[in-house]
Amino acid sequence: MISVRDLTKRFGDTTVLDAIDLDIADGERVVIIGPSGTGKSTLLRCLNFLDRPEAGRIEIGDVRVDAARASKRDILALRRATAFVFQNYALFANKTAKENIMEALVTVQGHPRSDAERRALEVLGQTGLADKAESYPAALSGGQQQRVGIGRAMAIGADLMLFDEPTSALDPEWVGEVLDLMRQVAEQRQTMLIVTHEMQFAREIADRVLFMEGGRIVEEGPPDALLDAPQDERLRRFLRRVA
Amino acid sequence: MRGLDLDYMLGLVPVILSYVPLTLFMAVVAMVCALVLASLLAVERVIRVPGLDWLVVLFISFFRGTPLLVQLFLFYYGLPQVLAFLTQINGVTAAIMGLTLHFSAYMAEAIRAAITGVDRSQWEAAQSIGMTQAQTMRRIVLPQAGRIAAPTLVNYFIDMIKGTSLAFTLGVTEMMGATQKEASGSFLYFEAFLVVAILYWIIVETLNQGQKQLEIRLNRAYAR
Repeated sequence: MISVRDLTKRFGDTTVLDAIDLDIADGERVVIIGPSGTGKSTLLRCLNFLDRPEAGRIEIGDVRVDAARASKRDILALRRATAFVFQNYALFANKTAKENIMEALVTVQGHPRSDAERRALEVLGQTGLADKAESYPAALSGGQQQRVGIGRAMAIGADLMLFDEPTSALDPEWVGEVLDLMRQVAEQRQTMLIVTHEMQFAREIADRVLFMEGGRIVEEGPPDALLDAPQDERLRRFLRRVA
Repeated sequence: MRGLDLDYMLGLVPVILSYVPLTLFMAVVAMVCALVLASLLAVERVIRVPGLDWLVVLFISFFRGTPLLVQLFLFYYGLPQVLAFLTQINGVTAAIMGLTLHFSAYMAEAIRAAITGVDRSQWEAAQSIGMTQAQTMRRIVLPQAGRIAAPTLVNYFIDMIKGTSLAFTLGVTEMMGATQKEASGSFLYFEAFLVVAILYWIIVETLNQGQKQLEIRLNRAYAR
């Protein structure tokens, strides 16, 4: 169970997140849509303190953090309960595909190398990249890098997986394989919070879609209801633009 | 103008060569120590430990801002007058210490710049999986910074080898010191210093070739 209350983030005078409230059930797959610059990515980044929120409470599994007085230990605990998939993949450039996945298991979770290696190879198999285990990121296509990025997040076994526009930086030819892998993750009832502009994909896998604008969640609901019968005028305008 | 005494020069080569190991020993030990010290200084400059930062800035400024020869004299001839325990120190140790401190200041700046050059997404990815700042630095950022800084660091190593010749002013008989002794016996200064110059040149050129190979390999690495 994930619970967010009053989450607030400001950059200077601009309020990027305006007291966000959000609950996500275990196994729920939530997609966030909305115009750029409305705080979608910031919401994800605040949930694991890549950006530090000014106020609010975050509860993920057993971890409870009050943003205003989060200690280093709180932040680490929160990060260890989440996994993040970046728009630009952000694979460790000095590590092979296999080592990218092993890193969290060995360094953060303290598993023996042999166990971590077995787990990494298993995950690489699921991502369809078993033959790229020894490749460095520079030798992989964008789509392959992002699949390793998702594999790195899968291996952690996090309570919540955060996807920050995972296909936005990809050449169109690689988008399909990344979405396929995300479908596979979704089928395993992994709790997911996804920022994306892929409306068809949202419709397919989301249990719930949130529409954000101006640092707030303006409207939310099941994908068909929200996308086919939008209530809020701003959502209607947004959907007309992206359609 | 007289001709060169080639026989004398050829005879001198093995004599000076026998001091190459000491020269390389001083350079290698000082390089290893300087690398460790410079990495610590560079990491401090990046994360800026309160209360320590000004000291590191001062250290780097001093050792970059004064000549190596002055620093060596200060340590070897000057400091023992103030700090009694340093009177026991021999020339080789003093030279290694001086080279270490001097070059660590330069190398710290090179490593700091390389750390800053590592993409911010590498930090974020490491932190997103719950790595501490120290783990991120050690396992992700420093290895990548090392690759960026490697060619510059090899250049400092070459400078360091040439710098060891100053140890003769502390009474150390290394390549330069041995040459000086030979020359003052034979009075064939030109021949003697020409031989030692050529020997330094050969050592440095060998390293330059090694550096080129290293750069090719570094550019290839991570691209398998």
